[in-house]
Parts: sequence; structure tokens; C-alpha cells
Amino acid sequence: MSDLLNIFSTAYPRLLEGLGITLVLTVIPMVLGTLFGVGLALGKIYGNRILSGFITVFIEIIRGTPLLVQLFILYFSLPPYGIRLSALTAALIGFTINSGAYQAEYLRGSIQSVSSGQLKAALSIGMSRWQGIFYIILPQALRRVIPSWTNEFIYLLKYTSLAYIIGAQELMGQARFVASRNFEFFKVYLIAAVIYLLLVLVLTAVFNRLERRYRIPGFDYKR
Amino acid sequence: MTEQMILRIEDLYKSFGDHEVLKGISLSLNKGETKVVVGPSGTGKSTMLNNINMLIPPDQGRIYLEDVDVTTTTDLTKIRQEIGFVFQDFGLFDHLTARDNVMIGLTRVKKMAGKEAAELAMLELRRVGLEKHAGQYPAELSGGQKQRVGIARALAMQPKLILFDEPTSALDPELIGEVLTVMKNLARDGMTMLIVSHEMGFARTVSDQIIFMENGVIVEQGSPEQLFNNPQQERTREFLFKLTDLYGEGGG
Repeated sequence: MSDLLNIFSTAYPRLLEGLGITLVLTVIPMVLGTLFGVGLALGKIYGNRILSGFITVFIEIIRGTPLLVQLFILYFSLPPYGIRLSALTAALIGFTINSGAYQAEYLRGSIQSVSSGQLKAALSIGMSRWQGIFYIILPQALRRVIPSWTNEFIYLLKYTSLAYIIGAQELMGQARFVASRNFEFFKVYLIAAVIYLLLVLVLTAVFNRLERRYRIPGFDYKR
Repeated sequence: MTEQMILRIEDLYKSFGDHEVLKGISLSLNKGETKVVVGPSGTGKSTMLNNINMLIPPDQGRIYLEDVDVTTTTDLTKIRQEIGFVFQDFGLFDHLTARDNVMIGLTRVKKMAGKEAAELAMLELRRVGLEKHAGQYPAELSGGQKQRVGIARALAMQPKLILFDEPTSALDPELIGEVLTVMKNLARDGMTMLIVSHEMGFARTVSDQIIFMENGVIVEQGSPEQLFNNPQQERTREFLFKLTDLYGEGGG
């Protein structure tokens, strides 16, 4: 134990720096991916056939290929075409797109679980289709999707470790750097694992709180 | 009394695929009138109501709300504000309290200020006897209470006409009465209503006219007196007596 503390006390500046980048790689794709996912889900459900088909193909491609391959494509295969992204930018874009595709599917399910009678009722009092979607369907769908989101964001947080492979200096990358200097691979990676675990626990607590906060009285969203 | 026509339907046709649901429906409703549409299920009654506010557009025919042709209007949302619709399954917004269900059309569609809208919403909830339940969510209300919120939501938009699509069919028998009472009061207050219902007692005592529909056509329409006592078609007699038998005279 004191060993671990010793290692941590010398390595913490690097690890904290890595932690910072891990948080950036988690939070920004979480927010942008959510917006992207909402757009994809709405387009898929309510868009015309062409848009809906295009989105379906896009989502299947993203979900059907490894995240690491997507990162490699963004980072290694674009420079010949004049697009040179930093490791951090490539990771941010990759995670946002990937998370957006997954979130779109979760959200599609929850949108479709809101009874269609409610949209009809919204139209019947003179709302436009989009008003009905934004004021009636989405507020309920977003509440219902929170449990799936909790899962998605936990995955996202842990998948940010893949970014070290393209050279982003996030927590995993920094841990690897530290370990390659002091050769304490097991202990350094153990510290990194504990930090990830703590982050996941905090994230879970935040989302559970959110879920309770927005629970509709009389409605049980436990699934 | 001058008869002011609120709704006029001319020769309505509607098919779903090969199935012709409406085969030339014509009817009209004057201000303050209550008409009850009866008929076997699958006869097109509900489709007809959905045609009237264009939730399901008809294939052919004209629908006039006062002098506006609903089927060709460019401002459908405006027309829909003027036609209330009460659904069999209530169609309440699950994430909103009873009051907010009634209010949201006022604030979002009519762009009314929040305070004014809240006052009007409370007024309509009082009218259906639910002012004490204003803060409750749909999942916390009984079926009868939900349907009364549905009626209050329609009323709040100050419609010229309210359509009721089997408003009591999804209710437990002991909850039907409270909804029918509200509807009866509306009829008494002069609201114009077109009601699809199997409640014969209600139809008999409250409606100005009963419309008997079968297989996409209107078989017969007339005052309750006439249809019950002196139907022109044998089929009308058969159906009305079967219904009365099944559903009784309750709720009148």
C-alpha cells in the first residue's frame, strides 16, 4: 500500500494531467454526441425515407466497425487528403460520432415507447408536428433514455483509453509513460484502474440522481 | 332561433388500402347541437371523426367548419385549435400535471402568457370538477379523471366544436358516469358536440340527433325519439335494441 502511495506521489502530476485529458475526451463527446444522437434519432424516425435510410446506413456502419478502426481512419488515413488532425481532435471527433450513433439507437427506442396517441393529441390542439415532438415526445423520451445513457457514458469513459494508441496523452497514455520509466507496470496500471473506477462511480451516481430528479410521479421507469 | 351551421360534411370517402371505410358520408351540425354517432365497430365512425380535423385526411369529399373548407385550408393548426378532440385512450401528456396538460396548448399554440393560461386552465379544470387534482400527473389519476382532463384540455382552446371518439369505452363501468355528467353539462351549456359512443342512455336523453352508421354509410339519422320509437330501417331497430340490451340505459 505504501508502495502504491509512493509511486502515486511521484507520478501524480502526469497522472492528473492524463486525467484532465480523459475528462475532456469523455465530457465533450458526451455533450456533442448527445446532440448528434438526438438529431440522428429524430431524422431516422420523423425524416423522409431518404434521410431515414441514410441515417440507418450511417448508424450501422459506425456500430458495425471497431472504435479503434474509426480512430485510425480519422488519425492515420486522412493526412494524404490534406486533413491533418491532432490526436486529441481525432479522438474527440471519433468518440462523438461513435457515441452519437449508439445514443441515436437508444433514443429511437425510447421515442417509440412514448405512446403515439400523445403526438396525435398534440396535433389535435393545434401544435405542429415539430412542436409535438419537442414539447411532448422528447421530454418523455429523454427521461426514459437516462438509464441507457448511464451505460453509454460509462463505456465512453473507459473507451477513451483507446486514444492513447493514436498518441493522446490521456490517463492510460500517461500511466504507460510513467510505467515505462519506473518499470512498476502492475502498480501504475492498478492506480490507473482505481482512478477509472472512481470516475465511473461518480458518473453513475450523477446519472442516478438525474434519473430520480426527472422521474414522473406515478410512472415507474425502472426496467 | 337562427340556426348557425358549425360543421358540414359532404360526401366523405376514405379507404385504407383495398378496404373502403367511408362511402359517402354527409352530415351537418348547428351551433349548440349534440349529435351521437352509433354503429357497429369497424363501421368508420372513428375514421370520420379523424377526418374532420384532418388527423386522417379523407380521400374525397368536403368538410366545412363554418365557412372554411378544412380539407383545403392552408392553416391546419388554426383549424385544429377550433375543433376539440377527446380520445378514447385520453391522449394525455404523461410528463405534465393535469393543469399543464390543459395549459400547454394555451402557452405553446395560442402563445398566451403563463399566468393568464394558468388561470384559464384552472377554470376549465373546475368546470370538469378537477381543480383539486390540478397538480397531479396522469399516472396518478383514475381513468374517469384522465378523461375529464382530456375534456378540459379541449375546452381550454375555446373550440367551436368538440369531437368525442368513444370517450367512455376505455373506462371501468363505475367511472363512466362522471365523464357523461361532464358531457351532459357541456351540452346544456350549448357546446356543439359530435360524439361517437355506445352509451344509449346518454344518446337518448342528451342528443339532439342520433346518427346510425354501418359499413361506411349513414343508415339513418333522426331525433332519439324517432330512432327508438319509429325507425325507418329495420336494421336501425335491430341495432339500437341490441345496444340498449348490451349497455343498458345507464349514464343518462
